[in-house]
Amino acid sequence: MSLGLPVRKFDAIVVGAGGSGMRAALELARADLKVAVLTKVFPTRSHTVAAQGGIAAPLANSTEDNWHWHMYDTVKGSDYLGDQDAIEYMCRRANEVVVELEHMGMPFDRLENGKIYQRPFGGHTQDYGSSKMAMRSCAAADRTGHAMLHTLYQQNVRTNTQFFVEWMALDLIRDPQDGAVLGVTALEMETGEVYMFQAKATLLATGGSGRIFYASTNAFINTGDGLGMAARAGFPLEDMEFYQFHPTGVYGAGVLITEGVRGEGGYLLNKDGERFMERYAPNAKDLASRDVVSRAMTTEIKEGRGCGPDKDHVMLKLDHLGPEVINHRLPGIREISIKFANADPIRDLVPVVPTVHYQMGGIPANYMGRVVAPEGNNNESIVPGFFAAGECACVSVHGANRLGTNSLLDLVVFGKSSGEQMTKDIRSLPAPHRTLPRDAGDYTRSRLARLDANAAGERVVDVLNDLRRAMQAHCGVFRFPDDLILGVQKIKEISARAGRTFITDKSKVFNTARVEALELDNLVETAMATIVSAEARKESRGAQARADFPNRDDKNWMKHTLWYKEANRLAYKPVHLKPMTVESFEPKVRTY
Amino acid sequence: MKLSIYRYDPDKDAKPYMKDYDVQLEHSDRMLLDALVKLKSMDDSVAFRRSCREGVCGSDAININGKNGLACITKVADLPEHVTLRPLPGMPVIRDLIVDMTQFFKQYESIKPYVVNHDAPPERERLQSPDEREELNGLYECILCACCSTSCPSFWWNPDKFVGPAGLLQAYRFIADTRDQETAARLDNLEDPYRLFRCHTIMNCVDVCPKNLNPTRAIGKIKELMVKRSV
Repeated sequence: MSLGLPVRKFDAIVVGAGGSGMRAALELARADLKVAVLTKVFPTRSHTVAAQGGIAAPLANSTEDNWHWHMYDTVKGSDYLGDQDAIEYMCRRANEVVVELEHMGMPFDRLENGKIYQRPFGGHTQDYGSSKMAMRSCAAADRTGHAMLHTLYQQNVRTNTQFFVEWMALDLIRDPQDGAVLGVTALEMETGEVYMFQAKATLLATGGSGRIFYASTNAFINTGDGLGMAARAGFPLEDMEFYQFHPTGVYGAGVLITEGVRGEGGYLLNKDGERFMERYAPNAKDLASRDVVSRAMTTEIKEGRGCGPDKDHVMLKLDHLGPEVINHRLPGIREISIKFANADPIRDLVPVVPTVHYQMGGIPANYMGRVVAPEGNNNESIVPGFFAAGECACVSVHGANRLGTNSLLDLVVFGKSSGEQMTKDIRSLPAPHRTLPRDAGDYTRSRLARLDANAAGERVVDVLNDLRRAMQAHCGVFRFPDDLILGVQKIKEISARAGRTFITDKSKVFNTARVEALELDNLVETAMATIVSAEARKESRGAQARADFPNRDDKNWMKHTLWYKEANRLAYKPVHLKPMTVESFEPKVRTY
Repeated sequence: MKLSIYRYDPDKDAKPYMKDYDVQLEHSDRMLLDALVKLKSMDDSVAFRRSCREGVCGSDAININGKNGLACITKVADLPEHVTLRPLPGMPVIRDLIVDMTQFFKQYESIKPYVVNHDAPPERERLQSPDEREELNGLYECILCACCSTSCPSFWWNPDKFVGPAGLLQAYRFIADTRDQETAARLDNLEDPYRLFRCHTIMNCVDVCPKNLNPTRAIGKIKELMVKRSV
């Protein structure tokens, strides 16, 4: 029997070497399992590196705190779309995983008593939403993601984890019998060779897809690769309409400025020099939830109170914090502001605008990292051998809106729990791998063959730019019914064009044109999922704000969206309102 | 803007060559990486690495008019009209501006880049005073872009034997960490005619570091510790 592509066998495959992938890999490597980590970029280049403000954990080093309060804030922040069992799980494991990171050597900032430094962050409060903010964000200056990612890589160096660097995973391999995931196909970028990677457990930890929008804080590599792979293999994507706009992207450049600057005391001003957040969120002000602040900024701009000649941004004020705080706690922000905005925050206001930042939705998974999909009467049937964690997964702890610092926490909690569950599963399975289907790899080969053969057609860069512009115009901070309907139409046309792309570069060696064409396929799936789900959801909740349905509608819409690539089919499933051990937090009107 | 770019695709080119491009920049193309991305939209065969586009991931280190730097935080306005781009010097070229960094990372890994502490981990975080933590500033921020090591003549000459400025900066990062208990072993690991002592304080590393770090100073501190323990 000829399968066509060479096969490499492992106990476990991890796709992606950001925070969640490397945390999972560490767990697997420590269990002495044979694990392969496939990554498009050298591990420390993964986008976790760009996280700035901190990682949430109720360590109570500076203010009284506990996981119940953190859980409440997360449920409320999610606009009651988050699954409360998963949220409880995450908040209860927060202290454990953050302390572990410290033991691994992560260089957290310190308090005078030697404990980890913690700062306030948007939406994190004391005593179930009181006006007192909790200091819950454990920080390494404004480079927390960098500190965390390098620490996790270093630990994987220690365990001798096997990395396949600059290998791009392309498609999932499934068992036609029971739908189990048996591994992935992957392209070695340096040689252009394609292999099948077979394993007893496969984890997708491929991160987000912010590049579907024109203005994004996301890195070039954030192209939704795992989402595209899952969608093409027939799996649904959950809650993709919920895309977070971060309030403070540098105007014109999109580069992120952490919410930590507001945690340290910075605030936003409109053209009249007014601290306008006082009107929108009298208690939390500039530390309200991100969706709330981004909407307030957009409203200020729409109503003519934006700054600059085009009145299209607002200003971030930090100069009152003084050089000591800025240089010590926010050195990276100062660097970014000077480089990308020509503004030194010690003296100048920094121009900012809400910028696409984080995808709350993703591949449906439970809190042990297992991918779950509807089958028969079961909304959450476990897919054997298939795991997802980090931004590409929807667990769902962030619901309709993520709180700042909960993303890094999500990565390590669910990276770890996935690794634990994969270890258990692998140990309980018989020694030999399953047999791969005869046609495994054919689909991937056909995708590559098309790119090799096409000498004319659509230019990848043109399709990509049209996609990003369409998403930006039709699926923004505020969403309008006609825009959404037209947007769905446009993305369908763009999707058809993406099937006719060609590249002039046909080289086998490090062909980045081919990589970008393959990434486009993933971006198209993600964009389609996002706009189709957004158009269908007739309410406003968290990051989805519809002009025609301005209110949350718990009666009809407190449910998760599931989008399927095939015929753009939508299904829905209930939110887990019941936590693991405590009482439910009942939906309330959300004010800050 | 005129870009002269080192081109080499082993799949079709017998040898490397320089190719000139005219790139029309728009107002929003502020950084050299923006120019490269624009160029790639004209000629999709130009190969370079890039990711975060904000100077934190370390992907797009290249040699810009003779000096190593990150394309994403090099302002076009600070460059002359004609810019020559070559791959990082002294490394095997895979293709165009993409180099094989295996040796660079091998050296990084050789210094055991992780905190080693033999005490049973406490229930909570290990304590570290703000002053002790301060010692890690200027060290942990390294992004492993290799600008420094590939501008160092000692590293060009002995990439397999000399750890190089990036690796040594990290060697000192773990020596300086009060939580680490392996200082003696770390110094032993560098006690060798090449690994540490091939640094001749030329300071090219300091000159090019896009994060304004100072490997030479860290190397000096390791040398001081070596001297101290030998007397």
